[in-house]
Amino acid sequence: MAINQLSVFVENKKGTILTITKAIADAGVDIRALSVADTQDFGILRLIVSDTEKAKAALHEENCVVSATQVIAVSVSDVPGGLHQVLEYLAEEDINVEYVYAFITVSGKHAYVVLRVEDNDKASALLQSKGITLVTEEDIKAL
Amino acid sequence: MNCFQKEIETLPRKEIEAIQLERLKWTVNYCYNNTEFYHKKLTEAGVFDGSKIKQLSDIQYIPYTTKDDFRDNYPFGMMAVPMKDIVRLHASSGTTGKPTVGVYTKEDLDIWSDCVARVAMAGGVTADDIIQISFGYGLFTGALGLHYGLEKVGAMVIPASSGNTEKQLMMMRDFGVTGLVATPSYALYLSEAIKDSAYPLSDYKLRLGILGSEPCTPEMREQIEKNMGVFVSDNYGMTELGGPGVSGDCPVRDGMHFAEDHFLPEIISRETDEPLGEGEVGELVVTTLTKKGMPVLRYRTKDVTKLTYEPCACGRTHARMSKTMGRTDDMLIIKGVNVFPTQIESVLISMDHIGPHYQLVVTRENFKDSLEIKVELVNADLLESYGELDKLKRRIEDKLKSVLGLQTKVTLVQPKTLERFQGKAKRILDLRNQ
Repeated sequence: MAINQLSVFVENKKGTILTITKAIADAGVDIRALSVADTQDFGILRLIVSDTEKAKAALHEENCVVSATQVIAVSVSDVPGGLHQVLEYLAEEDINVEYVYAFITVSGKHAYVVLRVEDNDKASALLQSKGITLVTEEDIKAL
Repeated sequence: MNCFQKEIETLPRKEIEAIQLERLKWTVNYCYNNTEFYHKKLTEAGVFDGSKIKQLSDIQYIPYTTKDDFRDNYPFGMMAVPMKDIVRLHASSGTTGKPTVGVYTKEDLDIWSDCVARVAMAGGVTADDIIQISFGYGLFTGALGLHYGLEKVGAMVIPASSGNTEKQLMMMRDFGVTGLVATPSYALYLSEAIKDSAYPLSDYKLRLGILGSEPCTPEMREQIEKNMGVFVSDNYGMTELGGPGVSGDCPVRDGMHFAEDHFLPEIISRETDEPLGEGEVGELVVTTLTKKGMPVLRYRTKDVTKLTYEPCACGRTHARMSKTMGRTDDMLIIKGVNVFPTQIESVLISMDHIGPHYQLVVTRENFKDSLEIKVELVNADLLESYGELDKLKRRIEDKLKSVLGLQTKVTLVQPKTLERFQGKAKRILDLRNQ
């Protein structure tokens, strides 16, 4: 049970992220979660949006380099140790997490967290067996 | 053999040299008697009317002519006939000050179009071809030079000029264009546009690319051929020598054949200005052998190349020059290392994930030079992992280092953000003296 994520190449110069957020806003798409990895030269902006295809098309129009991939997202209890428990389950099974970032909005007493792992199916099955709730595309649209 | 003047183009070496010696004597005598500029120069050098020239190597006693000479004698100081005999004027783009002017008699134009016809046919053009000339028309020698040469072959010429990509592609489709004349960078741009357009390559009848006016690396050539499904030939020339048609590729593409009965090529050392032998790399120097309007003795082209006199597998016997390895004046010297932009281009085009367009930025900080190379990231495959993207950048830097012997800094930029050029590409931004 995976969800769509967009990765966008970001040049390290003034206004680049602005171009991206504007293109998405103009397309009428909501940003649900985002994270930027950067160095001096360039960065990669990762996004979970309300309409992946629409956002991707809008970014292509702006000559952005964009790729869409699948990641998993979990709903964790908004209490100390909530995320830690999830990561521990994955560590026990030797599932490596490449990066993690959280959603901007939270739903009630739960926080949504994006996890990038090598094998989405394996991680999903494991987490579900441990009683962790996975976030679906429907959940994201409903936010 | 698709050859315009087969008998001349396949003459034995000895006969070519006999023609050259006779014409060299004529040219020196003609220059001495008809232009004040050369009269003075030849007198000072003790060559006078050239009657002492006994063999081709005696050319070394003749002084060089440089671009500055053209500038100093602008516009008509080097003209050798009365104005009434001149029927055409061309000029270079003149990016640095006054343009360089070339003037032609009727006979000059006739010989020029012969030379271009040779290059065109060596590149594969036949009377059945429909050729679109996407060079900018105007004072520039390229467009009209190719235009008349191609007409001489009997091909149908479409004087499209440059610009308006959609229209260029439309003409190609609607008129059944089989050959494109353009600069390599514009041809690459158009070939990308074809790839991106709604029309498949099968809607085009393209089979030849006759490219010139700036250097084209084999890698760039390959890319254009792949995108457009054409056979690309390169040709060489310059305003000072009358324009294109000086030399050009044959189907073998192992060096461009000089029109040796009209131009006498030499290679000289970049350090000492002394003549170099066959196969040695240096600056190309050319003497015109038949030009009447504006003859030129030992013109320093500033192009770096080498010559071979071995008969070619195609059957032609005229000397071949290698693809220019750059110009002595756009050769960048960075931390004491000689860098030709064409070397960088070769590396970039051979790499995956990035586009063929680039910009070179040279800066100096604390008396230390550095070279930054901006390239467009065109492939989204690597975006999943930050490390992969960083590795790509390092891979390009490593490969450049092994080719140039210089550590450079590669910057990945968004696609279609670097400037595209329709004429000669201006890819170097040297900020060291600012």
